[in-house]
Amino acid sequence: MTEPAALKLKDMLKKPEILTSGHRMCAGCAAPTIVKLMGMALRGPTIVCEVTGCLEVATTIYPYTAWKLPWIHVAFENAAAVASGVIEAVDVMREKGRWSKEHVDVIAIGGDGGTFDIGFGAISGMLERGHDIVYMCYDNGAYQNTGIQRSGGTFPGQETTTSWAGKVSPGKEQRKKPLAEIVAAHRTPYVATVNPYHHRDFITKFRNALEVEGPAFIHAFSPCPRGWRSQTGKSMELAKLAMEVGLHPLYEIFNGIEYKMSGPSRRLKELRPLDDYWKTQGQFKHLFKPEWADFKKGLQEQVNADWEILKKKCGIE
Amino acid sequence: MTAVKRVPKDQITIEGLTGDAAIAHALKQCDLDVLAAYPITPQTIIVEDYQKFAADGEVHCRVIPVESEHSAMSACVGASAVGARVATASASAGLALMWEILYCASSMRMPIIFTVANRALSGPINIHNDWSDTYGARDSGFIQIYTQSCQEAYDTTIMAFKIAEDHKVLLPIMVCIDGFILSHNVERVEMLPTEAVENFLGVRDPFIKLDPDNPITMGPLALTDYYFEFKEQQDEAMYAVPEVFAKVEADFEKMTGRKYGMFEEYKIDDAEIIIFTHSTPGGTAKAAVDVLREKGEKVGVLRLRMFRPFPTKEIVEAVKHAKAVVVFEKCRSFGAPSNPLALELRTALYDLEKRPMVVDFVIGLGGRDCPPTTIVEGYEKTKEYLKKGKAPLFETLGVRK
Ligand SMILES: Cc1ncc(C[n+]2csc(CCOP(=O)(O)OP(=O)(O)O)c2C)c(N)n1
Ligand code: SF4
Ligand SMILES: [Mg+2]
Repeated sequence: MTEPAALKLKDMLKKPEILTSGHRMCAGCAAPTIVKLMGMALRGPTIVCEVTGCLEVATTIYPYTAWKLPWIHVAFENAAAVASGVIEAVDVMREKGRWSKEHVDVIAIGGDGGTFDIGFGAISGMLERGHDIVYMCYDNGAYQNTGIQRSGGTFPGQETTTSWAGKVSPGKEQRKKPLAEIVAAHRTPYVATVNPYHHRDFITKFRNALEVEGPAFIHAFSPCPRGWRSQTGKSMELAKLAMEVGLHPLYEIFNGIEYKMSGPSRRLKELRPLDDYWKTQGQFKHLFKPEWADFKKGLQEQVNADWEILKKKCGIE
Repeated sequence: MTAVKRVPKDQITIEGLTGDAAIAHALKQCDLDVLAAYPITPQTIIVEDYQKFAADGEVHCRVIPVESEHSAMSACVGASAVGARVATASASAGLALMWEILYCASSMRMPIIFTVANRALSGPINIHNDWSDTYGARDSGFIQIYTQSCQEAYDTTIMAFKIAEDHKVLLPIMVCIDGFILSHNVERVEMLPTEAVENFLGVRDPFIKLDPDNPITMGPLALTDYYFEFKEQQDEAMYAVPEVFAKVEADFEKMTGRKYGMFEEYKIDDAEIIIFTHSTPGGTAKAAVDVLREKGEKVGVLRLRMFRPFPTKEIVEAVKHAKAVVVFEKCRSFGAPSNPLALELRTALYDLEKRPMVVDFVIGLGGRDCPPTTIVEGYEKTKEYLKKGKAPLFETLGVRK
């Protein structure tokens, strides 16, 4: 039985939540909202496989759980492999008459650390083998659960506890891995970037990801007030702002080659300056010191250039 | 599942098989749902042969050609969590890479069968046999069974599923063969008809599973208030193993006439010195004992099969009458006062008022040959130590010093 995705507010409110309240994530954390939006896109029986990280740790402190779906966590770097086992087992048991459901969607979830870095081999393997799994990365820009360490998903200029801003360092100096494109390069059937502010875009894309045959990847931007030192009430705004400054543009990639810019990004006349984003968070405040003016300028040029390249790939001039 | 009956001779297939091939054939007959496959010498033939069966449509199983052993064990946990019967195979570095997930598999009570062709750990990199890989994982919560022959490897692999999947146990099992010495050595193997194996095993009946109709959370965070209880339960499950093991073996014996026990006793009743070892050195030791017995020596062998759980009480009973127990083991615990196998034995014997002397020899690291003369050398040394009333804590044998 395939249920419709909840795109209208009225339908969204009717959808049973997949995550209960009292889940113990920080106030203002965007990750639970992301999970709830994911729930609104579901189409039927679903199993969730998650890696270690804030979302896993905070939502399943034994003997409690906030999850209303069948859910499994094994370790930090292996949700893609666990999900591979789940989907293949369910499929073969169905063939053998030992699984009653007609179809089960399998979703793997990981943070940026679990996805960009330590779990990347497992994800690449999952993509190459072509299992019918949706992998979602909720990207809060650092290893937040262990206390804000840099990851391959950390932005340049971002201060973390392993990329300190200091007298001679402006925070992280390296680029962020272009993960969505790396995933797409596996000729993955469907890749999309999302954020929780643009919730209809989010739900529509997540539903596409479920419906596509074979692997799909969702890269969700996930503000973290604790790690970012931002206001707890501003997470949705920051998600929107990250799109507007071009740090997390919204787009889709089909079969690894066809790019499509999504509405909210397409409608931008031009990018807002990065300063507008940086000034909202303690983790970037050092960038406003005079000694980092050139560094900042360089970052702005990089984002501008990336934006032009992305527009070109999406066929927008 | 109908009652287990003796399989008539004319239904048994006899083939010359390597240890790896014997395991692959056993796996083929166990109606697996998922097998995670990754190559590493000397185990590779297991997954190669199995994938050949899959390619020919001889098994109804999904083989997942994972990108690493870490993912192999992870995929096994995922598949097992939805109620599938699963297996994988590895050795040495591959087992080491799985390390983290071994503990998850046992703690999450997944009855995964993990066949291992024991191989030395790097470095230097070496493809040959010793027991450092699985001994290192002795505290991972896996049941460990070590086998001496290809027939035993075949039989044990089949029985392992029934033991692991029993609701009193629900623990993963390592079925171990010596790399190359057994994995690549052809022996006569009697194979059962597949229907008999399927009838013997039945279909896995998961105790709990990931099920959209009855959602549960598996693998939560458990802190100071509950973690310890999880571990306590895991240990309890281990203590349930001998009883289930005996039941499964009794059924298997009805079907085949073969039975192995948690350990094999060979000429130990009147033995003054008992050789304590396992896997292929067990066979070598028995041959050495035959020759020594002809010369009038009172010597026997206790060949261990089940290392975890360690059959403490039974072993104490079996060896306590001896003057000395001489251990031959293929692992060195660097800097330790003893080595893994002797450590278990010494602990088991400690509370006896009159204990046999325990002599410990580390042999065969990295596949160094262990001929009967190595066993005899250790035996002769033991006699000397008995005379002196004193033995070193351990010695290495067969190495240039
Ligand atoms: C193999 C392993 N290495 C390190 C850790 C410690 N660890 C647990 S969660 C975590 C950070 C997770 O970061 P991320 O994936 O970005 O998720 P977040 O907590 O930020 O949501 C780390 C490093 C671990 N659990 N396992
Ligand atoms: S540290 Fe950040 S990601 Fe983790 S729960 Fe708190 S706000 Fe959310
Ligand atoms: Mg993170």
